[in-house]
Amino acid sequence: MTTEARLTRNWGNPEAVGIDGYVAAGGYEALRTAVGMTDADIVEQVKASGLRGRGGAGFPTGMKWGFVPRDTGKPTYVVVNFDESEPGTCNNRELVEREPHRLLEGTAIAALAIGCETAFLYVRGEYLWQSIVLERAVKEAYAKGFLGADVAGSGKRIDVVLHRGAGAYICGEETALLNSLEGLRGQPRLRPPFPAVEGLYASPTVINNVETLMNVPDIIARGADWFREVGTEKSPGTKMVTISGKVERPGNYEIALGTPFRSVLEELGGGMLGGGTLKAWTPGGSSTPMLTAAHIDTALDYESLAAAGSLLGTAAIMVMDETDCVVDCAQRMVAFYAHESCGKCTPCREGSWWATRVLERLEDGYGKPADVPLMHDMGKNTLFRAFCALADGTAAVINSSLQHFAEEYEEHVRLGRCPLREAPVVEVAS
Amino acid sequence: MAVFDGSVLDDARAILARYPDAHQRSAIMPLLYLAQSVEGMVSPDALREIGGLLGITTAEVEAVATFYSMYRLRPTGTHVVNVCTNLACKLRGAEAVYEAAHEAAGIAHGEELSADGLFTVHEEECLGVCDFAPAVQVNFCNHDLVTPARMRELIGELRAGEVPAPARGPAFPSFKAASRALAGLEEVPAS
Repeated sequence: MTTEARLTRNWGNPEAVGIDGYVAAGGYEALRTAVGMTDADIVEQVKASGLRGRGGAGFPTGMKWGFVPRDTGKPTYVVVNFDESEPGTCNNRELVEREPHRLLEGTAIAALAIGCETAFLYVRGEYLWQSIVLERAVKEAYAKGFLGADVAGSGKRIDVVLHRGAGAYICGEETALLNSLEGLRGQPRLRPPFPAVEGLYASPTVINNVETLMNVPDIIARGADWFREVGTEKSPGTKMVTISGKVERPGNYEIALGTPFRSVLEELGGGMLGGGTLKAWTPGGSSTPMLTAAHIDTALDYESLAAAGSLLGTAAIMVMDETDCVVDCAQRMVAFYAHESCGKCTPCREGSWWATRVLERLEDGYGKPADVPLMHDMGKNTLFRAFCALADGTAAVINSSLQHFAEEYEEHVRLGRCPLREAPVVEVAS
Repeated sequence: MAVFDGSVLDDARAILARYPDAHQRSAIMPLLYLAQSVEGMVSPDALREIGGLLGITTAEVEAVATFYSMYRLRPTGTHVVNVCTNLACKLRGAEAVYEAAHEAAGIAHGEELSADGLFTVHEEECLGVCDFAPAVQVNFCNHDLVTPARMRELIGELRAGEVPAPARGPAFPSFKAASRALAGLEEVPAS
């Protein structure tokens, strides 16, 4: 399986982390091009590329930029969402570790596109090292005139402020992120108004994911048609995937959208750990419905995964084998949502907590026959019942595990124990 | 002021200057980290003083401080050890790593702080290092592919006053030092 390396093409070059190495590899050429374009032309080119948001929702990026009104008399803001926290996802981390300037260049181009003079980088607190990498890159970019009062000789000002989160998954949700950045609790806001109209400080705001913005320099430098040469018509470009769990070579890889899961598992991931058997996998992090070995030939793109009953999400593939109990894994995933629920909506706050308890007792052998229908009921009454999508993550775990592994749930009740508790444990890397 | 005094107050002013004049409340998160870097936790005094700096009530500051898991509002160890047990790490044996950390640090069952005050051990959600699972952070510095044996070694090194070299980036020698870096006040030389 060969995919043209785009976002990862300088990963073999350790100099690319610094500004000189990045510039030597062609970096900031796109920004120089962009300062000579009108803001409307930049938006049009990104629209034409078909780039969709890589943070999970897949919303067309150019369209998002196009929604920003320019006649409000208020400043406009670009906010970079580097709150990468979806379980199983770590590609933004490595993208920034290896080439922070590509993110700053994409951010500056986004700022030009919407007439923004102050961009904010929201970095999850646990990414302390990566935030330092970015901070250094910001200093370098100011020193070389790619940020600051006269961006690439254009006379335009773009300042960048780095802001660290403090451990809250919900702040990856864009309106919660804005509240967090404003110094409030990180709870989601009612939409409308959408951030494009009233975002940060009640001003027009574009919020983009790290990987999304890192695609922008190439789209400007090489064109929309070039961008579409890889991927599918509706999902053009490449996508970073993270594969983890029971595979031989966990890691971050760049694939063409539309690549079958089988290729990612067998060729990039090196196959199942220790020759195990594929049992279940999440295509896009724990909040995307899990799939099974029957779905191994599913193409990894927005449309194919939706047709298979799941989502591309952040393309974070977590792989479970025959020694992994689905009820146990579901319990750990739902416990995450219980911990991370912001507490605003009852179905999420209470539903995730109770579901964790029920899954715990099923796994521990104290499940009752009524618990399986109870889980069905909780899944149904959590999905689309809350303010934001966090509760839908809980529901995705519950519903998909019940859909594909109903028999395993029943067996826990029937046996009064986990059927896999006595199974041999796979040796893990030492 | 007790917490924001002298050079700490200068640091606080530098933090406030990062944000637009009309939106100084945005500085609350780095100010909480700054307070934590001074006291090793966020004390009631710090909450009150931050409220004073921002012109908001103590309750408003506390509402924010209690929302985020990286602010510690109770007595905390010199070192904070976070062990990810979320799915990608769990599938690679993280639960045994967490048990090992708890045991080696000498923390009683159901507690999170060791009796000698050296360690807080925390079961953590996804740390974003699924490619090198199981992932552990010691004072927010990453350690990759941590086995129970390696976990016990890390605790032993910290107990001996050593600073274990992380998988990437510089090592912060304590929770306080890491909190100062989180406030954006640590000058880290170019690598």
